[in-house]
Amino acid sequence: MIQHHIEACAKVPNMKEILLVGFYQPNEALSRFLVSAQQEFKIPIRYLQEYAALGTGGGIYHFRDQILSGGPEAFFVLNADVCSEFPLPEMLAFQQQRGDAHSFVMLGTTANRKQSLNYGCIVANTETCEVLHYVEKPSTFISEIINCGIYLFTPAIFQHIGKVFQKNQQELLLEEGSNGWQRAEVIRLEQDVFTALAGCGKLYVYKTDSFWSQIKSAGSAIYANRLYLSQYSQRHPERLARNSPEGPSIRGNVYIHPTASVDRSAVLGPNVSIGKGVTVGAGVRVRESIILHGALLQDHTCVLNSIVGWDSTIGRWARVEGTPSDPNPNDPYAKIDSETLFRDGRLTPSITILGCNVTIPAEAVILNSIVLPHKELSRSFKNQIIL
Amino acid sequence: MKALILVGGYGTRLRPLTLSRPKPLVEFCNKPILQHQLEALREAGVDHVILAVSYMSEVLEGAMREQEQRLGIRISLSHEKEPLGTAGPLALARELLTESSEPFFVLNSDVICDFPFTDMVRFHKHHGKEGSIVVTKVEEPSKYGVVVCEAETGRIHRFVEKPQVFVSNKINAGMYIFNPSLLCRIQLRPTSIEKEIFPVMAQDGELYAMELQGFWMDIGQPKDFLTGMCMFLQSLRAQHPEKLHSGPGFVGNVLVDPSAKIGENCTIGPNVTIGAGVVVEDGVRIKRCTILKGSRIRSHSWLESCIVGWRSAVGQWVRMENVTVLGEDVIVNDELYLNGASVLPHKSIGESVPEPHIIM
Ligand SMILES: Nc1nc2c(ncn2[C@@H]2O[C@H](COP(=O)(O)OP(=O)(O)OP(=O)(O)O)[C@@H](O)[C@H]2O)c(=O)[nH]1
Ligand SMILES: Nc1nc2c(ncn2[C@@H]2O[C@H](COP(=O)(O)OP(=O)(O)OP(=O)(O)O)[C@@H](O)[C@H]2O)c(=O)[nH]1
Ligand SMILES: [Mg+2]
Ligand SMILES: [Mg+2]
Repeated sequence: MIQHHIEACAKVPNMKEILLVGFYQPNEALSRFLVSAQQEFKIPIRYLQEYAALGTGGGIYHFRDQILSGGPEAFFVLNADVCSEFPLPEMLAFQQQRGDAHSFVMLGTTANRKQSLNYGCIVANTETCEVLHYVEKPSTFISEIINCGIYLFTPAIFQHIGKVFQKNQQELLLEEGSNGWQRAEVIRLEQDVFTALAGCGKLYVYKTDSFWSQIKSAGSAIYANRLYLSQYSQRHPERLARNSPEGPSIRGNVYIHPTASVDRSAVLGPNVSIGKGVTVGAGVRVRESIILHGALLQDHTCVLNSIVGWDSTIGRWARVEGTPSDPNPNDPYAKIDSETLFRDGRLTPSITILGCNVTIPAEAVILNSIVLPHKELSRSFKNQIIL
Repeated sequence: MKALILVGGYGTRLRPLTLSRPKPLVEFCNKPILQHQLEALREAGVDHVILAVSYMSEVLEGAMREQEQRLGIRISLSHEKEPLGTAGPLALARELLTESSEPFFVLNSDVICDFPFTDMVRFHKHHGKEGSIVVTKVEEPSKYGVVVCEAETGRIHRFVEKPQVFVSNKINAGMYIFNPSLLCRIQLRPTSIEKEIFPVMAQDGELYAMELQGFWMDIGQPKDFLTGMCMFLQSLRAQHPEKLHSGPGFVGNVLVDPSAKIGENCTIGPNVTIGAGVVVEDGVRIKRCTILKGSRIRSHSWLESCIVGWRSAVGQWVRMENVTVLGEDVIVNDELYLNGASVLPHKSIGESVPEPHIIM
């Protein structure tokens, strides 16, 4: 997911360093990713670990010295769980064109009225684009312009976050027996900072019509995959697979990692990504799916609307199928709904996801199900979470 | 000898197949159901078959003229204006049945087994009474009407509908032999032979049961049609293994019409019947299915426990299972999943059917 963020950041002129801020323990997969990404994009990339989940503002405040080392004029902050064209140069140009080097810019996009309530909503001055009012996930309609979770800040942002920190500290000191200092560091950029900054002549919105989506539910990963592939078809057609006499049949946008081995009788697409070292056997059909590295699709399998996890194996003539949850195609501003896993006590039909190292037996059907890692299934499953 | 075959039912439980042709003409293991019986009857010395028909009789009539030629026997059709049940048709055909004083056979049209007609004649002559019926053992007698009879002689004491406590595991197999005197018991009106005639005959000590050896199935509904097919192919394996198909890619008992074409890298079987002119493309997996005449199964599809109706087309990467039945001339688009679907004739299916459903 974040390789797309890194690629976009690396393209910005004078980008010095990329920091990943999270609170989980770094692991081997992350270290390997960092090494290969630094090589590929030729830029230093570091992971900074919070001692606790500090919220969307607390983490960057905690690591402000690291962020400010080297004296940057400005820096971008990106949510990891979004997919976007990342119009970062445009945001920079927008800031410069406004002539105020100290203003902050947030990326905004248009949602429909109903769905806007699930996002941070922005009311802006139509001429100056200054943010006049900001509400995170309002309960009544505020504005169709929503926050994309992509920001351009100057070092001055830390003064504003610092004010929230101090206020939190004061409040917590009054409470008896609490560890005020720790909890004061938990800061939400959206509710705590943007709401206060709105209307102060500091925060501006740059509106984009280019693609953007959250990637929160399983189904949205396949949607995001489709958006990125369609971006490739316009910007980097060379990255997409093409029909050739020796290769598989390709329908629409398909990405195949150069190390993957795909039988020429397979039919792939539209909207398929085949990862590193994947093997796709004879007569395999894959549509609207992501096949992660090392997976093996044996002959005649059919994979529709699914994510096949790392090193999973699907036996001959098996069928792995999910239900797509695409945004309403007739509404240009519709966003993908992040469905809850259960509705009325039943699993909502969704894409099928196989965790890593899952084995599906030959001739079985796995429908609308989620299979946890390292499971070896012995039969068909429908509408289930398999632990 | 003569035989009367009851073919006048609507065959509602074998829809959607019976929406296109009468049940006796539906091919079972690549031969019309009725032809299995006609051939066995001729083998036992029957030279005149009377079909008791009520609907779709024109289609049957045409088919029977052909069978007459082929088998060199006489086939008469006895038309009823209203359905007369399982006994009424005998009264209607009285004249034909009494042309000679020999006993005659009466058959339900939709049972399949190793027909024991010669044994029936011997059994019937041996006890010398008015009627004999064939009975077969079942595992779950509480679902049927059972026959209670004397172990040694086979004399029937009584019939019990859906017994709740075990009284017998023998059920009526739908094959009878009667003396012409039976016709005195039947009037020309809708009558059930099982419910209205047999109990009286049993009381009079005129009805005997002969137990069937080997397999038996009433193939009047899709699930049983497939089970019956498995049994029939197994018996073919024992008696005429040369009629079954073998070779790489074929597993177990598989019957393939010589005019069918099977692609490469397929795995077919066990228990599959493939009809005339059927095309199975490359990389297809089929087990426990009947594919009727003129259908096409496109590449990489997977079929289990299905009946594919005449001239239907199943797309690529389709999965069909759980007694899915396609009527005549149905089209199933690529990549769909049909689970227990019943599809009416001439339908084109564009969406998956993940749970059992009737598609109109
Ligand atoms: N480093 C760090 N990142 C966080 C933390 N909480 C959230 N994030 C990231 O911030 C981004 C936005 O997260 P949220 O604010 O939880 O997401 P949201 O879009 O508001 O949606 P909700 O989960 O419904 O609140 C995501 O990329 C998260 O991974 C945190 O405590 N520490
Ligand atoms: N001539 C004649 N035959 C009948 C009549 N009703 C049933 N039959 C036949 O009797 C036999 C047993 O009937 P069922 O098993 O009920 O079969 P069916 O009525 O064809 O099919 P369903 O509609 O599924 O019950 C079958 O061979 C039928 O063709 C009738 O009214 N007249
Ligand atoms: Mg949030
Ligand atoms: Mg009936």
